[in-house]
Amino acid sequence: MIGTLNQKLLRDIWKIKGQMLAISMVMAAGIAVFIIMFGVLDSLKLTKDTYYDRYQFADVFASLKRAPNSLVKQIEEIPDVALVQDRVVFGVTLQMPEMIEPATGLIISYPDHGEPLLNKVYLRHGRLLFPNETDAILVDESFFKAHGLELGDKVSVIMNGLKRKLTVVGAVLSPEYVYTIAPGAMMPDAKRYGVFFMSRRSLEAAVNMKGAFNDLSVKVDPSADTIQIKSSIDQVLKNYGGLMAYDRKEQISNFFVENELKQLNALGWLAPIIFLSVAAFLVNVVMSRQIATQREQIGMLKAIGYSDLDISLHFLKMVIVVSTLGALIGLVLGSWMGSGMTAMYTEFFHFPILKYSFSIEVMIIAVFSCFIAAVVGTLVAINNAVKLPPAEAMRPESPPVFKRGLLDRLKFYSWLSHLSKIIVRQLERRFTRALLSSIGMGCASAVLVFSLFMKDSMDYLLEVQYEVIQREDINISFIEPRSTRALEELKALPGVLQAEPLRQVPVKLRFNQYYKKGVITGLSSEPQLSRVVNKKLMPVRLPERGILLNSKLAEILNIQIGNQVTVEVLEGKRQQLQVPVVNIVEEFIGTGAYMNLTALNQLLDEPPKMSGAALLIDQKYAGVIFNRLKSIPQIVGLNIVSVLKQIFDDIMAENLLKMVTTNILFACIISFGVIYNTARIALSERGRELASLRVLGLTRREVAYLLFGELSIITLVSLPLGCLIGIGLAHGMVNSMESEIFRIPMVVNRDTFGYAITIVLFCALLSFYMVWQQVEKIDLVSAQKGVE
Amino acid sequence: MSANNESVQSVGHGQSSTQKLSYSARALTKIYLSGETQVHALRGVDIDIPRGEFVVMLGPSGSGKSTFLNIIGGLDKPTKGEVFYKNRNLSLLSSRELTLYRRDSIGFVFQAYNLVPSLTALENVTLVTEISDNPMDPRAALEIVGLEQRANHFPSQLSGGEQQRVAIARALAKQPEVLLCDEPTGALDSETGALVLEALLAVNRDFNTTCVIITHNASIAKLAHRVIYFADGKVSRVELNESRLSPFQVSW
Repeated sequence: MIGTLNQKLLRDIWKIKGQMLAISMVMAAGIAVFIIMFGVLDSLKLTKDTYYDRYQFADVFASLKRAPNSLVKQIEEIPDVALVQDRVVFGVTLQMPEMIEPATGLIISYPDHGEPLLNKVYLRHGRLLFPNETDAILVDESFFKAHGLELGDKVSVIMNGLKRKLTVVGAVLSPEYVYTIAPGAMMPDAKRYGVFFMSRRSLEAAVNMKGAFNDLSVKVDPSADTIQIKSSIDQVLKNYGGLMAYDRKEQISNFFVENELKQLNALGWLAPIIFLSVAAFLVNVVMSRQIATQREQIGMLKAIGYSDLDISLHFLKMVIVVSTLGALIGLVLGSWMGSGMTAMYTEFFHFPILKYSFSIEVMIIAVFSCFIAAVVGTLVAINNAVKLPPAEAMRPESPPVFKRGLLDRLKFYSWLSHLSKIIVRQLERRFTRALLSSIGMGCASAVLVFSLFMKDSMDYLLEVQYEVIQREDINISFIEPRSTRALEELKALPGVLQAEPLRQVPVKLRFNQYYKKGVITGLSSEPQLSRVVNKKLMPVRLPERGILLNSKLAEILNIQIGNQVTVEVLEGKRQQLQVPVVNIVEEFIGTGAYMNLTALNQLLDEPPKMSGAALLIDQKYAGVIFNRLKSIPQIVGLNIVSVLKQIFDDIMAENLLKMVTTNILFACIISFGVIYNTARIALSERGRELASLRVLGLTRREVAYLLFGELSIITLVSLPLGCLIGIGLAHGMVNSMESEIFRIPMVVNRDTFGYAITIVLFCALLSFYMVWQQVEKIDLVSAQKGVE
Repeated sequence: MSANNESVQSVGHGQSSTQKLSYSARALTKIYLSGETQVHALRGVDIDIPRGEFVVMLGPSGSGKSTFLNIIGGLDKPTKGEVFYKNRNLSLLSSRELTLYRRDSIGFVFQAYNLVPSLTALENVTLVTEISDNPMDPRAALEIVGLEQRANHFPSQLSGGEQQRVAIARALAKQPEVLLCDEPTGALDSETGALVLEALLAVNRDFNTTCVIITHNASIAKLAHRVIYFADGKVSRVELNESRLSPFQVSW
């Protein structure tokens, strides 16, 4: 219908191609983030649901000391319980040939007849176990890969104090261990922590569990009340050393998977909203300017009979071209980066298959929101121009109205040079637009602060955890509590400089209606290695009486210093005790409770016992010490702090680097898009004014001062604004990630603001430079001519 | 029209006469490249403009008068030929020197006024006096054009004639030696146009400022000392008026 108009359209777009491209890139960034996040989210969710369903991931879990197999029947009789799988699960250490330190892991029984009812395994390599097969194990795939194992390899496993050589016959995956992390660890470490499966009968024999079990998985009916079922299970297991039953929400692997999904969801919405709002704003600014410069043409088109609709559509087509370009780039970029990110997830989340799914729905939503942003931006701009009667539209626009504003009345201007006055009055007159530009650019610094702060927080966490709290070189745990005499044996090892005992006792803590299953850790009264600290990170003494709770636990129990907490001991004599809360300590991991070791042992009415120790060693003897420790059969857990730290550092460095690079790219796109467009528009709106000032004898520098002065103020205002928004986003992120298992401290270093500001300023300067090229070209002669 | 036809060749004899000249152009040529065609805007112009004169340039559009004005105003450079402003060869100045030349010596008045919309009348004038060496009081400049009452109005609050008079005040406030005006009354009705011309004449009379004015309006020529006719990129003739009219005697 309007063929010639389309010609005009293409030429108009070509004229402002730089600006259009900048907008397209901002849109592309928004779409890409959306596609990445939701693509990964969708893939993860779908894979997880299918996996859990097909491999019968249990709903409720419980571990206990030991119960006869006959007890399973009682569990099955609990209403709404659909399936029960009893197992034997045992902590083991492994002596891997290429490692000086021992690895630890869990060995889980595998039924001798048929598949497990629940938590079935997916066989990746090799074969499953034969009935009653001795000396053969299945190994979880990540451990298998981390050690470069091959089928038929033998590994040395210390089970219940006895060393055995077991043959690897298969590599498997389990829905219970999608995310495999050692208890209490901050990061997964496939090399040092593994999960193994062994024939039930062979395992029973190896660990003296004949006819008994110590672990339960339960599937419940879909409509069941899990809380009710958990307490019924606790009731049944009470006399068998039952630790409290827990559901999927508290299951470590599932917790991490769900937590990741939650974050992806939040980021997946947040980031595109930021990008697309910025894009909508830019579209609005650019289109307003387009329409203003074409005011007379619009009048003419209307005069010769084009309808308002024709004209609106004409301008809409312009943004549709831009959005289409943005959408295409975004789709390609998003899909490409999405598959990369999915690949990154397969490092941590072990699914039989995790493929990036090119969800059409996600793409449609992404492209659609992009178009909405563009169309809204344009319609707001079109509305006024199209309404003008043709005759009026064809008349040149009268000079923009300036009035004496608030700042004039405040005599603010009397200190300013006239050039500065021009800048400030421009800003005052176009206040909303200037503010929106500032906010738009602020988004850039916000994105940067947001992506860089994670490093600060993690560094802080690492420092506090390993410099202030855990100052030992090695910590070990025993299979069973042992007499504190064992400490002397440890101290006697060559190269051990210091050794501190600790004891962990599983308990249920209760205050009023609130309760929490956990562990009380007994420490010496003034520990030097494994310490507890208060909010100010000052080490705290453990008094003879009373219990210390970490702040998260105190929050869950709604308890304060001075209150009495009810401690139900879940082992030994299973006492129920009242203990006063004497202090609140700070921790990033878990929900810890602490007591003086002597006091704890007395309270339990037991002789002095310890379940583990923290050691400070002379690094020269590290090899010798590890070798000795490896051969002590009672040791089931061993952590080398420097290794933990290294793993943490490596994982954070690698993943943060990817994230930060992407975000820096996106932030540059935003800040460049906003500043460049704002500058180009200022230049287009005021080109004649600037040209005539040049004619009047102002130097290029002075004219540039006018233009860039305004932009600089917008940029400078955007920086604190952006930092604030960034802090807000960071807070949101930290809060959304806060959980009983893991908490990230909110730390933003000054450096982070520095980097964010530097990058934004760099983008600003780059756009200034590009616009400066245009200022150089201002045609002085054109100022002479009348209004065109 | 009582005019003395005088051909151009009589200029340039002797040092004393050059001293009294504002401008002296020799074989001034300007060729624009417009797409693939060459446009000969000036084809060898020789003109002398004595100091303190009120000069009107007439001619159809495209005859080269605006190009000539732009070159003597330091906005553009000739392709060939030379133009001297008081013995300085403008064609040899760098763009930085041209800026300083405009800043120090020239006052411009545009057809479209070109006031800074975000500054008041007074501030528009002050903007220029701030950067010049020997300015007059900006208020005095507004007084000359009869706008002292409107000093604190923004351009959007002024009529076209008032805006143009502010532009003249802005041009003369720095006490330039030369005032260059491209169609200063082009956008105005005759009565306001007369007011604007009166202001220009007053500046010429009272401060001895050389005024060069482009116009389409032949009757304005009657106000001038000297009328330069342009045609086809050349000066076709120069007239000297022996008796000049006042702007209010001129019919438009």
